[in-house]
Amino acid sequence: MTAQDLKQVAQEHGLSNEEFQKILEILDRDPNLLELGIFSVMWSEHCSYKSSKIHLKTLPTEGPQVIQGPGENAGVVDIGDGWAIAFKMESHNHPSFIEPFQGAATGVGGILRDVFTMGARPIANLNSLRFGEVKHPKTSYLVNGVVEGIAFYGNCMGIPTVGGECFFDASFNGNILVNAMTVGLVAKDKIFKGLAEGVGNPVIYVGSKTGRDGIHGATMASDEFDDSSEEKRPTVQVGDPFTEKLLLEACLELMQEDYLVGIQDMGAAGLTSSSFEMASRSGSGIEMNLSAVPMRETGMTPYEIMLSESQERMLMVAKKGYEEKVLEIFKKWDLDAVVVGQVTDDGWMRLKWEGETVAELPIAPLVDAAPEYDRPCKEPENLLSNWEMNVDQLNFSSDYSTVLKDLIGSPNLSRRRWIYRQYDHMIMTNTVVMPGSDAAVLRLKELKQGIAVTSDCNSRYCYLDPYLGAQHAVAEASLNLACSGAKALALTDCLNFGNPEKPEIMWQFREAVKGMGEACRQLEIPVVSGNVSLYNETKGDAIFPTPTVGMVGLITDIQNYGSTAFKQSGDAIFLLGEAEAQLDASEYLAWVQKKTCGRPPQLDLAMLASINNFLLKAWENQLIRSSHDISEGGLAIALSECCLLSLEQKLGAHIIFEENTDIQSITKILFGEATPRVLVSCAPQDISSLQELARAQGIPITRLGSVIEENLKIDPWIDLPVAELFNIWDAGFEKHLKSK
Amino acid sequence: MKAKVTVRLKSGVLDPQGRAVQHAAESLGLQGIQEIRLGKVFDIELETTDETEIEKILETLATKILANPVMENYEWEIIQS
Amino acid sequence: MGDYTVMKIGIVVFPGSNCDRDTYESLTQQLGAQAIYLWHKNHDLQDCEAIILPGGFSYGDYLRCGAIAHLAPIMQEVISFAKKGGPVLGICNGFQILTESQLLPGVLLPNAELKFICDQIWVRIENDQTPFTKQIKQGSTLKMPIAHRDGNYFIQAEELKRIEGEGQVVFRYCNQEGQSSEKDNPNGSLNQIAGVCNIKRNVVGLMPHPERACEKLLGSDEGKQLFESLLG
Repeated sequence: MTAQDLKQVAQEHGLSNEEFQKILEILDRDPNLLELGIFSVMWSEHCSYKSSKIHLKTLPTEGPQVIQGPGENAGVVDIGDGWAIAFKMESHNHPSFIEPFQGAATGVGGILRDVFTMGARPIANLNSLRFGEVKHPKTSYLVNGVVEGIAFYGNCMGIPTVGGECFFDASFNGNILVNAMTVGLVAKDKIFKGLAEGVGNPVIYVGSKTGRDGIHGATMASDEFDDSSEEKRPTVQVGDPFTEKLLLEACLELMQEDYLVGIQDMGAAGLTSSSFEMASRSGSGIEMNLSAVPMRETGMTPYEIMLSESQERMLMVAKKGYEEKVLEIFKKWDLDAVVVGQVTDDGWMRLKWEGETVAELPIAPLVDAAPEYDRPCKEPENLLSNWEMNVDQLNFSSDYSTVLKDLIGSPNLSRRRWIYRQYDHMIMTNTVVMPGSDAAVLRLKELKQGIAVTSDCNSRYCYLDPYLGAQHAVAEASLNLACSGAKALALTDCLNFGNPEKPEIMWQFREAVKGMGEACRQLEIPVVSGNVSLYNETKGDAIFPTPTVGMVGLITDIQNYGSTAFKQSGDAIFLLGEAEAQLDASEYLAWVQKKTCGRPPQLDLAMLASINNFLLKAWENQLIRSSHDISEGGLAIALSECCLLSLEQKLGAHIIFEENTDIQSITKILFGEATPRVLVSCAPQDISSLQELARAQGIPITRLGSVIEENLKIDPWIDLPVAELFNIWDAGFEKHLKSK
Repeated sequence: MKAKVTVRLKSGVLDPQGRAVQHAAESLGLQGIQEIRLGKVFDIELETTDETEIEKILETLATKILANPVMENYEWEIIQS
Repeated sequence: MGDYTVMKIGIVVFPGSNCDRDTYESLTQQLGAQAIYLWHKNHDLQDCEAIILPGGFSYGDYLRCGAIAHLAPIMQEVISFAKKGGPVLGICNGFQILTESQLLPGVLLPNAELKFICDQIWVRIENDQTPFTKQIKQGSTLKMPIAHRDGNYFIQAEELKRIEGEGQVVFRYCNQEGQSSEKDNPNGSLNQIAGVCNIKRNVVGLMPHPERACEKLLGSDEGKQLFESLLG
């Protein structure tokens, strides 16, 4: 290749001129095509975090409960008694848009591998989904494909999918989000890491054979979409959950023995990133014979083998002399396992093919000298004008019952049963609180403690104010856990944004990370793992920035778990917190008035922390029977949810407000949003203890009314049979999805 | 008129189903099978006899519904009734 | 209540089984029974006195559910054990394997709405003469979860008449009050059939998961009655 050709090829691999010069500097010679391919995937946005690293470094990652922070396959937190929870969230946005079923399925497969490579048995999946408007011609197809793909993979693996969220907005018409999270349980003394230590130790390839799947997947995930993207289709991977189930069982069986040094999933950028990252963490080198890699197709080249993203594969380093023992376990499970190389101590990656050395690269410079950009940031020009609400131009209806029915059946607030009914959410016999509540609650067999898990992000808030919006995501997740009687331990984030080369997008990113970091510090919730997905835009239109938060909390005694639904007629209903509700940036404004504007509500994090503590105490002492945070849709929606989730009990509520004639301020009371606010219910005999506890903790508490049978009455404005609301809420999702 | 559309996975695309069937064949003791790949056959009855129109129907049917061009190829044939 | 440790129960593990651990844990921890795993590649039932084929996706269920599992070496032994009158229970995928093995009549087709369904349902006990229902009153209802994509019970019309006549329908989907109508049919099964037995009554298969309904904390402990019948 001439110098000019080489430059051209580098460009086609998405490497900038500056990056190409750096490669020449590192090697002190021209790279060959294989080496260039390796550089391009290692330095892609997806693998190197080159645009985001500088900001991610500012997030708090430490705490006494943290066993493993960011940088490994998954984060790990201590839950006591020798046990720990490993968890992580990851995006599979671009592949899911191109092939929704397989894209979502392989997304679940990838995140499961991240968790079980740590030695953890996955015990729960969650997923956070964003689609375009329900009436957009592609939405129904995408929702069906994504949900079926998630169900196909998770159900076959036998891991319950216990929670998540699903949000529709036109900003996702050209780029959907599929963020999958896995939570695993691991014994503290059996945690494995992606290490390649010990000169002469064998490097072993296990799992599916390598095909040409997903070549350039990692670089595709870092490209903006255009019309030709649909043509990039042949690179899409196909998921095989059956093989992954075998891989899971074989790996966990192997990890009970003392044969392994390190293990890593071959995810994005497959064999390349797994081998480089393992060696880099250990400061060692690796020599691999690519001819030994099991191949599914004939005529594959070293370039294709190193860049393939075939699913269900792992790379591991075993202790020398135990190769046969390792291979035997995989044979028992009918899986391919082959020694493909060995660990060296010179810090170089040497790749051989049919006896010849085909690539020779220094590991540390390639990984550590990966580009890092401080990309320019600029506040979007429409930021301030978006905050303006011309309330006078809006039409407010005084038929509040109709507004409530409209909202409770809307795409964003209706019941998600259509989705989670397709997910096996009860397998593994741990699910105590099923999907649909504030958070899912899992017991842990043979342990007194349980955990609660949730994922949250209000994308609209984040668009209107990324700093505040990201704080709300952390706040709401922690509040959802507290409402389940759980104390937040740590979070994983999945940061979905548009093209970082645009200063306005980079500004959104910087502000969101800043806001998230600040909320984490104030609430003492460290970030232990995460993922960044950029370039979520089509023809210049970016998605609403969506820094999704996945959070895990600890319930010290599973018997004291909390849930959303009212439990008994006659119980007293209270409101905790007194933040003033506003219609700005609300779901009401978006759905009923079709307006995305206003500044998201301000957030008193100190008060939120106090309310979280209060809820933990109230559940521990069994002072309350239900708790539910008031979020999208405001008080009327939150009250409805407490009634609706009582299901067959068909409980209602009776709340009395003072007479008011101003339609706009009544609408604000009913549907306005503010955080932190929580609805709790308690038995009549516990009222004074509850009020006492609130006073002692400095929490504003207001008696709203009582739990009754059959009707939701918000006097003097709303009176509806819960059964009627139930039907609208229950049928809403499917109705919107099917309507054209 | 009758027609038949056959949809197959593109070569190189992983076929877990085909592999499972192959595995089953091996456990029955059948030898000499190199590879099994699964496909789908759609038998279609048409009201029209106009071949140009049929071709248009089949082409649209195959590309828009029956095959997923991400990973599948298709072919169709018209069978005289 | 008898001594539940006396009987040894074998749980077959196929590649892709995923309710094997749940079944094992419910039997040992919730009922105090004695249970062992039986590996699909082996031929030895290790003197088990009852066999359970658990739920899951054996061999990925990539061909037809249960179609490949019934060829596994261990199944030859399970089939002869069943033919000698030994009690065999197939749960979900286990039920599918038993129909593919022709130990039970009928077949499980994809659910009518062509989607996987995970939900809490009720079934009515139609036959209390099997080893797994002998302590449950005929006509009583049990609350248990279902979780399957292919649970739509189908059988030829004449055969349906025959198995109904012979009392081979053991479980029928119903509402909370025990009335069974098409409204309470989650998957399109003929006559709301949720589970059947063979003529000799020793082989039983059902789509719902009794092993997931052994604790009140998880929403129901009514599935326990199947295992109590076996052990009691």
